[in-house]
Amino acid sequence: MAKVALVEAVSMAMAHALREDEAVVVMGEDVGINGGVFRATAGLQQEFGDQRVIDTPLAEVMIAGMAVGMAAQGMKPVIEAQFMGFVYAMVDHIISHAGRMRHRTRGRLSCPMVLRMPFGGGIHAPEHHSESTEAMFAHMPGIRVVIPSSPSRAYGLLLAAIRDPDPVVFLEPKRIYRWGKEEVPDDGEELPLDVCFVLRDGSDVTLVTWGAMVKETLEAADKLASEGISAEVIDVATISPLDMDTIIESVEKTGRCVIVSEAPRNCGVAAEIAANLADAGLYNLHAPVKRVTGYDTVMPLYRMEMKYMPSVKRILGAVNEILEVS
Amino acid sequence: MSATVASYSVSYHQFLDREGRLIGDQAPALAKDYQQLISLYELMVETRTFDRKAVALQRTGQLGTYASCLGHEAAHIGIGSAMRAEDCFAPMYREYGAQFYRGVKMSEVLLYWGGDERGNNFSGPTHDFAWCVPIATQYLHAAGAALAFKLRGEKRVAVTVVGDGGSSKGDVMEAMNAASAYDLPLVMVIVNNQWAISVPRSKQNKAKTLAQKGIAAGLPSIQVDGNDIIATRWAMEKAIENARKGEGATVIEMITYRLSDHTTADDASRYRDPADVEEAWKSEPISRLRAYLEAEGVWNESEQARLDKQAAEKVEAAVKEYLGTPTPTIESMFDYMYAQIPHDLQAQKEAALKDAE
Repeated sequence: MAKVALVEAVSMAMAHALREDEAVVVMGEDVGINGGVFRATAGLQQEFGDQRVIDTPLAEVMIAGMAVGMAAQGMKPVIEAQFMGFVYAMVDHIISHAGRMRHRTRGRLSCPMVLRMPFGGGIHAPEHHSESTEAMFAHMPGIRVVIPSSPSRAYGLLLAAIRDPDPVVFLEPKRIYRWGKEEVPDDGEELPLDVCFVLRDGSDVTLVTWGAMVKETLEAADKLASEGISAEVIDVATISPLDMDTIIESVEKTGRCVIVSEAPRNCGVAAEIAANLADAGLYNLHAPVKRVTGYDTVMPLYRMEMKYMPSVKRILGAVNEILEVS
Repeated sequence: MSATVASYSVSYHQFLDREGRLIGDQAPALAKDYQQLISLYELMVETRTFDRKAVALQRTGQLGTYASCLGHEAAHIGIGSAMRAEDCFAPMYREYGAQFYRGVKMSEVLLYWGGDERGNNFSGPTHDFAWCVPIATQYLHAAGAALAFKLRGEKRVAVTVVGDGGSSKGDVMEAMNAASAYDLPLVMVIVNNQWAISVPRSKQNKAKTLAQKGIAAGLPSIQVDGNDIIATRWAMEKAIENARKGEGATVIEMITYRLSDHTTADDASRYRDPADVEEAWKSEPISRLRAYLEAEGVWNESEQARLDKQAAEKVEAAVKEYLGTPTPTIESMFDYMYAQIPHDLQAQKEAALKDAE
């Protein structure tokens, strides 16, 4: 079996969903003949036609609003925001309608849609192409937020997201779109939308992360292992709802936790995890919980972006700091 | 070289003038279909009776903030009565007349404004969208519904409504654009009642009509007298028929006047001249239709008395049902968030139930 990259696994999952369910349609700017600016929809329009894989006018509000309407009337739209920096125009429809539809109609209508988009920095992109604002969606009730960090998790989680009867925001870490190729069987097996993945067992410290930061975090864990420090690595993957059980169980074992995220720090998902640890895991902690995150600045243009994003060095610095105190 | 490459016009349609006289000889068959006109008239009167009662309930602390539909009866009932049950309605938040025609119960409207989500789980067509407060977003939901119908090959039409204020939002232009790009079976109504809370129509933009927004997107777009039910119903029937035949979307601007405050939380006397409102009352839709029906000899005082009594009884029964509805349960706050409640929300639900003990 040939190995595929994360972006190809995304495409495989959409093709599988289009094949298995007539209600599924893929919509967005340039998703048709062009196959998407990152090739995530490559070949889909050729296989499924322009009534299933639909190019849209350049209008983000329209894409999101129509998806809400289609989903409420029995379709399962999988829409794309070309970059996370362009999603804000869509947010009114996602928050005010998609996340509320089932609740406010007492289940009469629902909104089974997926909003997928590439996010995060590190690819030398222009302005508005590198942000990580997953916390904004995680704060909103009624919306699941999912972030894969490997080809197999991208495939299984996206299939689950499309099949899910509620709206899912699916954030694709574009810096690792082509990193870490794996064999991914197109077997239609989905992954749960509310369970963390333990990527590496360890006993001295728990490193919690998601998205492209999985790469640096695993590198940091390798480095620590060479120094005789055993780090457990957890890929949160499902940002909302958050699987704190897995994280707390890990911290009960290691007594230490560093959370790594390239998003701004203030009110971020890392803060939510830290607060939950303070609430339910405090007596197992030997040291303060540390966050290694982006800064509360505007995401810099690309000459400085790697200075903004957490590095292996910064992760190791935080781990060493808490190992020193305990 | 300069040349005109395109030019456009917007037509205005009215059949019944404000005194209730038929204008011209082009009136549609509805003008002489007295049985149907009377049934529309009855619903207009019932809707107004309901509306006055709802405002009274709010004033006496028995209803939350309520958006009145006073003066919009011909527009709304023209819209609702031209639709089939299988069509899909995406309203804003005051189109009760359209919804009553489609089977939404008066008690359900009261339940919604009375602070209870169960009002949105109404017994009108269960595929219809619920009330839409954020302004204009419903236009795109209707466009999405229309695309769903088209992709599935269903002969169904989506109908949506926005106000003159809402027509300034991008959602409206994006929906019109989508309707044009995808040839959607969609009817987009702009109920121009002259006021967006305190901002008059003239301050939304300087365009001569709002209908011409549709022309910018390449759609047939017309203006009608929104207080003339013969005109509103005629325009809707034509647009819906075209959409059902696969001939695409239409924009209809209905000219009316918001005779009430914006909502019960508003006081329009702060920003508009009472003389203007008094003048607008002379064009309101119910008295002109009554005058017409009486002149045609198919309506009289005793019929009116019977109708007034019937409307009052209907509204009273709805109020009784609304006031008798017990408050929702704590569980219901959590149980409809997702098809299956996530574990963390389940924990919050259990905590909320415990706190309520």
